[in-house]
Amino acid sequence: MRFLLIEDNAQLADAVVGRLALDGHAVDHAGTLEAAWAFINAASYDLILLDIMLPDGDGRDFLVDHRKAENRTPVIVITARSEVSDRVGLLDLGADDYITKPFDFSELEARCRAVLRRQGGVAANQKTYEGVVLDSTSGGLTFNGNTEILRNRELRLLEVFFRAPGQVFSKSHLMDRLFSFSDEVSENAIEVYVGRLRKRLDGSDVRIETVRGLGYRMVGKT
Amino acid sequence: MKGLIAKGSIRRRLVLQLGAVAAILSIAFFLVVQVVADRAAQDTQDNIIAAAATAIADALYADRDRVTLELPYSAFSMLGSISQDRVFYRVVERGQTLTGYDDLPISRKGISENTRRFASFTYRGEMVRAVTVVRSVSLRDERRAVTVTVAQTQRGRAVISSRITATATAIAAVFFMVATGLSFWAAQAALRPINRVARSVARRGPNDLRLVVGETPTELVPLVGALNSFIARLRVSLLRSEEFIADAAHRVRTPLATVRAQAELTHRRLNKPEHKKAIREMIRAIDESSRSAGQLLDHAMVTFRTDSLEKTPVDLVGLLAETCDRLAPTAELKDIEILRELPEDPFEIPGDPVLIQSALRNILDNAIKYSPDDSQITVRAFEDDGFWLQVRDQGRGFGDADLGKLSQRFSRGANVADIVGSGLGLTIADEVAGAHFGRLVISKNKKGAGACVSLVFAQP
Amino acid sequence: MCISRFCAALGAVALILAAFPVSAFEVEERHFFPAIAGDEVLRIISTADEDAFEPIIRAYQAQNPAVAVDYTIASSTEVMRAIYDEGAAFDLVISSAMDLQTKLANDGFALAYTSAQTETLPDWAIWRDQVFSFTQEPAVLVVSEAFFAEIGVPKNRRDLINLLRRESAWFKGRVGTYDVRTSGLGYLFATQDSRNIESYWRLTELMGGLKSPLYCCSSDMIRDVASGKLAFAYNVLGSYAASRLPETKGFHIVELEDFTSVMLRTVLMPVSVENQSAAHRMIDFLVTMKDRPDLVAASGLPPVDEAALDANTAMRPIRLGPGLLVFLDRLKRDRFLENWENSIVQD
Repeated sequence: MRFLLIEDNAQLADAVVGRLALDGHAVDHAGTLEAAWAFINAASYDLILLDIMLPDGDGRDFLVDHRKAENRTPVIVITARSEVSDRVGLLDLGADDYITKPFDFSELEARCRAVLRRQGGVAANQKTYEGVVLDSTSGGLTFNGNTEILRNRELRLLEVFFRAPGQVFSKSHLMDRLFSFSDEVSENAIEVYVGRLRKRLDGSDVRIETVRGLGYRMVGKT
Repeated sequence: MKGLIAKGSIRRRLVLQLGAVAAILSIAFFLVVQVVADRAAQDTQDNIIAAAATAIADALYADRDRVTLELPYSAFSMLGSISQDRVFYRVVERGQTLTGYDDLPISRKGISENTRRFASFTYRGEMVRAVTVVRSVSLRDERRAVTVTVAQTQRGRAVISSRITATATAIAAVFFMVATGLSFWAAQAALRPINRVARSVARRGPNDLRLVVGETPTELVPLVGALNSFIARLRVSLLRSEEFIADAAHRVRTPLATVRAQAELTHRRLNKPEHKKAIREMIRAIDESSRSAGQLLDHAMVTFRTDSLEKTPVDLVGLLAETCDRLAPTAELKDIEILRELPEDPFEIPGDPVLIQSALRNILDNAIKYSPDDSQITVRAFEDDGFWLQVRDQGRGFGDADLGKLSQRFSRGANVADIVGSGLGLTIADEVAGAHFGRLVISKNKKGAGACVSLVFAQP
Repeated sequence: MCISRFCAALGAVALILAAFPVSAFEVEERHFFPAIAGDEVLRIISTADEDAFEPIIRAYQAQNPAVAVDYTIASSTEVMRAIYDEGAAFDLVISSAMDLQTKLANDGFALAYTSAQTETLPDWAIWRDQVFSFTQEPAVLVVSEAFFAEIGVPKNRRDLINLLRRESAWFKGRVGTYDVRTSGLGYLFATQDSRNIESYWRLTELMGGLKSPLYCCSSDMIRDVASGKLAFAYNVLGSYAASRLPETKGFHIVELEDFTSVMLRTVLMPVSVENQSAAHRMIDFLVTMKDRPDLVAASGLPPVDEAALDANTAMRPIRLGPGLLVFLDRLKRDRFLENWENSIVQD
């Protein structure tokens, strides 16, 4: 997916860009509203992440102008303001969602997914492997003409495998993707979700293999 | 109001002062009337005894070689008809008493014909009023001056005087009472503008910081002016404090966000489990502190907003649904399902939507945080002696914690040490409920494990 | 009416003549009514006959058994002398001479007293809370039945004067009246008449012309009218005449319709009073005599009764007060008596 991050704090922006890139997203960073408009006019984005306090203006004004321009790209506002004061206002101004600093990337991802889901399917978000189609936005898993909606953790786990089929992922790597930093879970918990995925993929040409001592990988039937 | 000591009342002072004036006037009136009455009674008596003396003098005549007198009956019967006073008289010619009481003192000093002289003295054991007149009688070409003295006791005069005194006392008392009543009324009337200003200020909503305008008595202009300037300053300072809280949040959160993002990035790049663990703990510490800071600021904002609660119609059902929408992605991360049992019709109460949403978010956020993976949270809205917004989870519940204390500041359940939280969530919810004349009800989930937290609002 | 001698024999223990060792005033009679039980004494000096007063004293003693009553009878002038000039010690002074009683009070010889009983008296019957009236006794015409059997009794003074003029031969020497020089009551009635009736002097002159005999007392006049010696007597004390009616035949009483002076018998408490309490009770007793018809009948003293006066407008009570002092004035009295003598003594 292609994100536009409008954020004046360079360090935060770097971290966000770097982190989203790890998940395979393309992120453009604008430090000012002026730069943001330049990006928007030059390219099209799946989602805009917008900070409120910017050196050359208020993010809320951008929101209003953005909606006036009838640009349908969803906007998630990254706010540092008090939780209480201006959230409702943001939604009224046209934001699709908001997330409060500091945020967990998993949550940001989840919110992006939810926003996109509400918006309607995005073709670019589908990946296909061995006749199995995974829609990251809707969480739909399609093969043999049947579509099942995966649960959140199943989806996130499968996304990891779909990004690099055949690659072995360690249990701890998968754990990081699945559980938040506050969850204290044992590595065995991952086996539960792998088990569920195997059940979901039953009947398709894709399976998840245990690589003893190393972790798991997704392979085709052949 | 603490610190404001009501000392002295303008109305009481006015009433007392006006009452004192009325009392002084009453007493003065009483004294004047008494003096005048006494004087009038005295004059009346003087006139009567003078008339009697004149009548006697008129009855003097020369008979052969002597001055004689035929005492006119009317002279005395007149005195007798006025009052039951004792009467004494003496008629003297050349030092010889023609008739009457020999021992009745007379003073001829300074008396000439056609004048009369009044005197008061004690005679035969009683105070008398006496008048002396002189009349010349011609006796064989010689003018003989005859002195006629009539004296009367003063019982009648005392009766008249005391009667008038009684009347004067009654009038003075009535005057005093009427004047006191009027002074009450006057004080009331004088203070009416002050009360009007006070009422118009007291009637205002807490956020109504408009200046006081309208007709104001000249005397109150400085007070109202001072009040207006205070309101203006208060308005500025309130605006500042709201901005300060928002600003503080911004200043705390942005760096935390940067650090957290960097840390997460670093975490992804590291491979050694011990390094990862260190970073994870760092992230947890950041989460904890940011959450605490956030809730503190939230709490400050809630306190600020409840202090100056501005009420608009709020649809509780819609607000609850929206809150579920907002937190659904967070719940999804743990595969938690939020089941909604909401009525179709909106339910409106007057309130602050921002505050109520904040309370609901804190409750639901808590539920998500303490719920196990793959569990369900039930959100219900229903009427049962009030309107209930209820969040029920399948988490660990509150254990043996005192449910009443959970909503106190920084109080957390005893069994949640491993979960990030500041303990302010339920406090905020409780304060919001209180500000809307509602309450926070915390109970154990009756359907198995978990907690059940409800905001209960009274029917509008 | 109690027969006086009979009553005296029964009740009065002592008849003491001139029993006051140092007194100069002249006592007519003195009666002592001993207490039923007790040793209090109430000393009364009075102008009223023992006949009239005995039933009153008895009734009083029935209510006050501890009080003995020392009842001294004297003429009104002697009563005046006793109190005014000699300061004789009495607890009560009862007199028909309203003028003298008034003078005693005016000149400071009486003490004031008020009680619920004295409050019941009409205003005109009380003066200064010192002089209390307890009877109202009109001055009446006592006429001989025999004499007026054939001609009508005059109803007013004009008729009387006309009758005397017309029938002067008939009435010569047969009209009686008080000698006002000796009778205090006669003087009182005469002076009041002179004040109230224009025709008084004409009537007096007529009586003088008829060589009318003069009397000291009502009783003598009644006696002579009853016996037919007199055709009528003028200004007789009505109460006295009424009391004689049952036992004395031959006369009847006429109250003149134009004007009738009403004498008020009064009681006062002199400054020389010793037994004040008993005196107070006697005053209360006397002023409420209207409530005791038996005593009214027994004493023959008509009590103060405003209703009775209202019913007969010709009845004019002599007014208490300083007006009465006028005719006591030496010059005035001399002048009056001079006029009176000139009118009635026509030698």
